[in-house]
Amino acid sequence: MEGITKRFGSVVANNAINLELHEGEILSLLGENGSGKTTLMNMLSGIYYPDEGQIYIHDKPVTIASPKDAFDNGIGMIHQHFKLVDVFTATENIILGLDEDGKMNLKEAGKRIKEISQKYGFEIDPDQKVYNMSVSQKQTVEIVKVLYRGADILILDEPTAVLTPQETDRLFAVMRNMQKDGKSLIIITHKLHEVLEVSDRVAILRKGEYIGDVLTKDADQQSLTDMMVGRAVSLNIDRPMPVDPKPRLEVKGLTVYDELGVKRLNNINFTAYSGEVLGIAGVAGSGQRELLEAISGLYPIAQGSIIYHNPKTEKTEDLAGKDPLEIQKAGISMAFVPEDRLGMGLVGSMGMTGNMMLRSWRKNKGPFLDKKEPERVANEVWKELEVVTPSIDFPVRRMSGGNVQKVLVGREIAQDPAVLMTAYAVRGLDINTSYTIYNLLTAEKMKGVAVIYVGEDLDVLLELCDRLLVLCGGQVSGVVDARTTDKRQVGVLMTRVGGKTNEK
Amino acid sequence: MKNKRTLFHIVKREALPWYQAWMIRGAAILLALVMCSLVTVMVTGLNPLDLYKTMFYGAFGTERKTWVLFQKLAILLGISLAVTPAFKMRFWNIGAEGQVMAGALACATVMITLGNTITSNWLMLLIMLVVSVAAGALWGFLPAFFKAHWNTNETLFTLMMNYIAIQLAAYFIIIWEVPKGSGKIGMINQNTHIGWLPYIGGKQYAIIIILIAILTVLLHIYLKYSKQGYEIAVVGESERTARYAGIKVEWVIIRTMVLSGALCGFIGMLLAGGTDHTLSTDLVGGRGFTAVMVSWLAKFNPIVMILTSFLLVFLQLGAKEVATSFYLNESFSEILTGIILFFIIGCEFFITYKIQFAKSSKEA
Repeated sequence: MEGITKRFGSVVANNAINLELHEGEILSLLGENGSGKTTLMNMLSGIYYPDEGQIYIHDKPVTIASPKDAFDNGIGMIHQHFKLVDVFTATENIILGLDEDGKMNLKEAGKRIKEISQKYGFEIDPDQKVYNMSVSQKQTVEIVKVLYRGADILILDEPTAVLTPQETDRLFAVMRNMQKDGKSLIIITHKLHEVLEVSDRVAILRKGEYIGDVLTKDADQQSLTDMMVGRAVSLNIDRPMPVDPKPRLEVKGLTVYDELGVKRLNNINFTAYSGEVLGIAGVAGSGQRELLEAISGLYPIAQGSIIYHNPKTEKTEDLAGKDPLEIQKAGISMAFVPEDRLGMGLVGSMGMTGNMMLRSWRKNKGPFLDKKEPERVANEVWKELEVVTPSIDFPVRRMSGGNVQKVLVGREIAQDPAVLMTAYAVRGLDINTSYTIYNLLTAEKMKGVAVIYVGEDLDVLLELCDRLLVLCGGQVSGVVDARTTDKRQVGVLMTRVGGKTNEK
Repeated sequence: MKNKRTLFHIVKREALPWYQAWMIRGAAILLALVMCSLVTVMVTGLNPLDLYKTMFYGAFGTERKTWVLFQKLAILLGISLAVTPAFKMRFWNIGAEGQVMAGALACATVMITLGNTITSNWLMLLIMLVVSVAAGALWGFLPAFFKAHWNTNETLFTLMMNYIAIQLAAYFIIIWEVPKGSGKIGMINQNTHIGWLPYIGGKQYAIIIILIAILTVLLHIYLKYSKQGYEIAVVGESERTARYAGIKVEWVIIRTMVLSGALCGFIGMLLAGGTDHTLSTDLVGGRGFTAVMVSWLAKFNPIVMILTSFLLVFLQLGAKEVATSFYLNESFSEILTGIILFFIIGCEFFITYKIQFAKSSKEA
């Protein structure tokens, strides 16, 4: 890629980037959020078209104007969000959209899929339906789909974000097999230890500019971080000891079912204390979302109770069966940073003021809105958290991911909560913003807030939290002290339901 | 390897300053007029300038025509205002036609049945108002209730409610027809003028225009500054966000649709009691649908809706005049209206996006 530039409106997402990928190498693409990694890769895979610049493959200039052009040039991308048809089998998904002559030959395709799988060490059942698959199986289907189309340049966009440590190891093994076969791979990731583990070379982007590349064997975490953020950032998360922990939220025997009648949480018991960060670990979809939504009154509770100890009145109250409005009216101050920021936590078309109002618009009397107070909070969040936005009325949808999250977390903290729940608070954020969030959470903890942190990066969970609650298949598989446990132990708990190893 | 080159691609613009956006819109109207002229000359051989003069005459030519223009503008604007809260909530209410008809039917019912017993016009108007608003509200409530509780499709539901209202009106017209066999009701209370909206300064339509002007301001305030308006905006954006913020989504849907329906019912009363003084099945005449376009074109801003509804009414009246004075088929004026609307709606694309042509670099 030579001199690639892409603009979105006034934002330059990529500025004159030169990137080189050698045959048979694994290249890590590293950069803070909004540094333009995904944009760059989307241009390779034909989703965007560069405003300037030229792409060469084997020294020949090519035009990639559509995903089909990309495939014709042997480029395949595995997106962060899988693009599969749930009711189809693996094979059907893989051959979907290929225009081969004659009628579909599922058997033949199945055979070829088996061949590909054996060659690189995938485990895949061609006849399994996608809705029955685990996340890592779905990812496998995506990778095989790309290989089936004869790709020899593979782009993986944050492939490990949804995997357990064990699954990640397996994915890396497969990647190395592909590399041996002469394929070239580009992996986008935020996790530095994975970069060091799997790749041969690291290319770094910062704010849409190409900073440089370095051979992995010459790099370490510190040097990579420096290149990425442009200045040294301490990797240590400050973790003071909890002060005077008292029970704040007691969950007892909590069980919930989803609309289809599937048990999502099974007899959950735990206590969150004031002045501590309780981490919740688990593979994606183990019941984290359901747990937080049940506590905030957004998910119907079948059994169990959620006892809230009000620090102001010293009284206790059961939240089970209350909706968010009733919880609010009962004077229970809980803040919730949901996973789906724009779809649940914020109103995308409104500016910061309108979004601050989401928590406070009911407070003043009369039929009209009070805009002064939300405006004040918006200005405060804007300044304190260094949100990058032209004005407090600029639609949050058009901000970058990190700034959106700052608006959301800023608003929730501004409520002065007694319980602060966050779901994947740093997902997709760059290192700097992530640390801003960690520090905010720790500051809340020191104020005596009971912080519940649902996370996916075990390193962060182990460094940020005081205790870790591990969920697996909707059950608590263990509660451990985050200061003394290690990754391997938590990893084992994440895949074990009720003492038995989960077969998945 | 084939090496095709994309000639141009589409890039999203940063927000344009308002004057530039309006320049684009102005250019679109000019282009539309040029295009209309070309079509006119090619098809009919008429002088396009004469045509535009006639259009203008059709809208503003006489005092009477001007009053009609403003009356029609007020009614269309009124219906557009009525559907706006629902659309802002992303509730696809295409049932304004039926809601207005329900209001008009209720109003006519009161005028006919109580016309001889009640002698105070003010009392009569009050009863008409209450009954019409209630009928419209009911027509709005039903689809919302079913949507909120059983998630029925509101588009189909409101559409079918239109037919019910129109068929009901047709039924009652046969019952009340004067003279028998005519299929028409004729002027209601022609001698007593009971239930007729009062004339202001001898002008029949003044009161309607004043009422709609007040309504425009009120709705603007409601949507922008009230808590309920905020709830509507949040629900329209994302129901999950609304639930998260403790908004009772079902209740907001029902409340907003009742409001929409009630306003439609009110317009129905203005039609039956203020302009037509009778009931016919084409009383609303498709304006329940045109209103949807007015509302969307104005991006749900009540003040901008004055402009968009003016544009549509002007085109309609002007085109009609063209058709009669040049002995052209009515369809020809519809072609012209279509061309103008095409340009006006199409130019919104160029306000949001810009087209970048590939730089003609050396052949690779």
